[in-house]
Amino acid sequence: MSEKIFAAAAEAIEQGDADRAAQIAEQGLSQGINGMELLTKGFVAGINKVGDLFGEGRLFLPELMMSATAMQKVTDIINATFPAGKREARGRVLLGTVEGDLHDIGKTIVAALFKANGFEVKDLGRDVPAKRFIEEAEAFGAHIIGSSALLTTTMVVQKELEQELKKAGLKDKYKTMVGGAPVTQRWAGRIGADAYAEDAGEGVRKAMEMIKK
Amino acid sequence: MKTFLERIKNGDVLVGDGAMGSFLMDMAGDLIKGTSPEVVNLSKPEVLEQVAKMYFDAGADLIQTNTFGGSPLKLADYKMEDKTEEINRAAVQAVRKVTGNKAYISASVGPSGKMLKPLGPVSEVQMFDNFYRQIKVLVEEGVDILCIETMTDIKEAVLALKAARDISKTIPVMSTMTYNPSPRGFFTIMGVNVEKAARELAEFGANLVGSNCGNGIENMVLIAREYKKYSKLPLIIQANAGLPELQDDKPVYPENPEFMAGQAFELIDAGVQVVGGCCGTTPEHIRAFRRTVDNM
Repeated sequence: MSEKIFAAAAEAIEQGDADRAAQIAEQGLSQGINGMELLTKGFVAGINKVGDLFGEGRLFLPELMMSATAMQKVTDIINATFPAGKREARGRVLLGTVEGDLHDIGKTIVAALFKANGFEVKDLGRDVPAKRFIEEAEAFGAHIIGSSALLTTTMVVQKELEQELKKAGLKDKYKTMVGGAPVTQRWAGRIGADAYAEDAGEGVRKAMEMIKK
Repeated sequence: MKTFLERIKNGDVLVGDGAMGSFLMDMAGDLIKGTSPEVVNLSKPEVLEQVAKMYFDAGADLIQTNTFGGSPLKLADYKMEDKTEEINRAAVQAVRKVTGNKAYISASVGPSGKMLKPLGPVSEVQMFDNFYRQIKVLVEEGVDILCIETMTDIKEAVLALKAARDISKTIPVMSTMTYNPSPRGFFTIMGVNVEKAARELAEFGANLVGSNCGNGIENMVLIAREYKKYSKLPLIIQANAGLPELQDDKPVYPENPEFMAGQAFELIDAGVQVVGGCCGTTPEHIRAFRRTVDNM
């Protein structure tokens, strides 16, 4: 019975059908299926598949955004059934697009996929100065700081962030992850970021690895 | 001077210009930090003249205006939408000072930076009005060509094209999309392939179709061949010089003028009639394109 509902849940996310996904979430919960299981075995499986298909060029931004919206809706429904103290997050991730850069579609997708995978996410939006990443990370108790840069002219802020962290003696406290169209593994290596992610799916996988360590 | 379309119909190959952004960074870096690159049009138009002159001297037949982000929706990101008219007007005037009537002025029209409903906040009417307002000024200022470029959403590209055609039935319009390679071929981030773009852009009145920016000029050769399969229209390719690496905090693009000029030969062979540069290309690249074209 629950296998069937897990499959339906994954399918609703893959199709980006928010109403159907919400309906399945309510139905599953009312049948007494464990909320966390419904989320991870059903909906998360769906969004992860969407992430993979996006990486392979089999679906595109519009589909991904529809699926992320559906995912957000069911995550809210299921989260609301957990008592506040029992909401166990996989880790806390602070995200933002760097100063001078107004592109935040990609970063918003990354945020949705992190949330979908059980991370607690704080999204600072766009145009975020290096120093503000650090202040917010301190206040939020972040484990990972993820920064996005879509322009060659704004990538340097990612480097500035690494320098500011070192200056403040906080480099070892946080894991840093960088992404964005012009960003590469080589760039991450050169500036001393802990990880580079090509897309949202890889970001989540690498974050999970880093948190385990 | 023959008109742009006369030359295209004649089968001539024309050379476009190269990147603007890197020069703006060098010559007006303080002015544009954290704001729209189009502020230069009002506060330091002499920079635009200098850049235009460099490309004109390098042999470009088309000089592009600094109006890529000059639509009101885009300018609204910087609370500058009220200045749409002045910004676009000043950009054309700066280029004209340099070219006189010895090169064609190609007006750049880039994406709004906003998504259409239901994914984003903008209705089709708002999107149309957005481009209408920008293109109206450009046409009034007497540009020779409109270049609607770097589009990824075919609906947005078509709305810009419709706005252009609403304003003028006769102005030449070049319409280019930006594709990424995938295991299944070239698609824009919004999922548009070359076939779909070729079909729709032709249907709504583009005179030339093609691609700009992208992932290096070798991919552009493949994209151009793909267009030829689905379109009878002449092609335009404005390639970037590959994906940049930062060295000492400055972006360095991997493809040098000789390499790109060699590939330009392939582009022309594939039926491309306007060959120009995008991010990372310099007057040296344009000079090399010029030599390739003149030697053919």
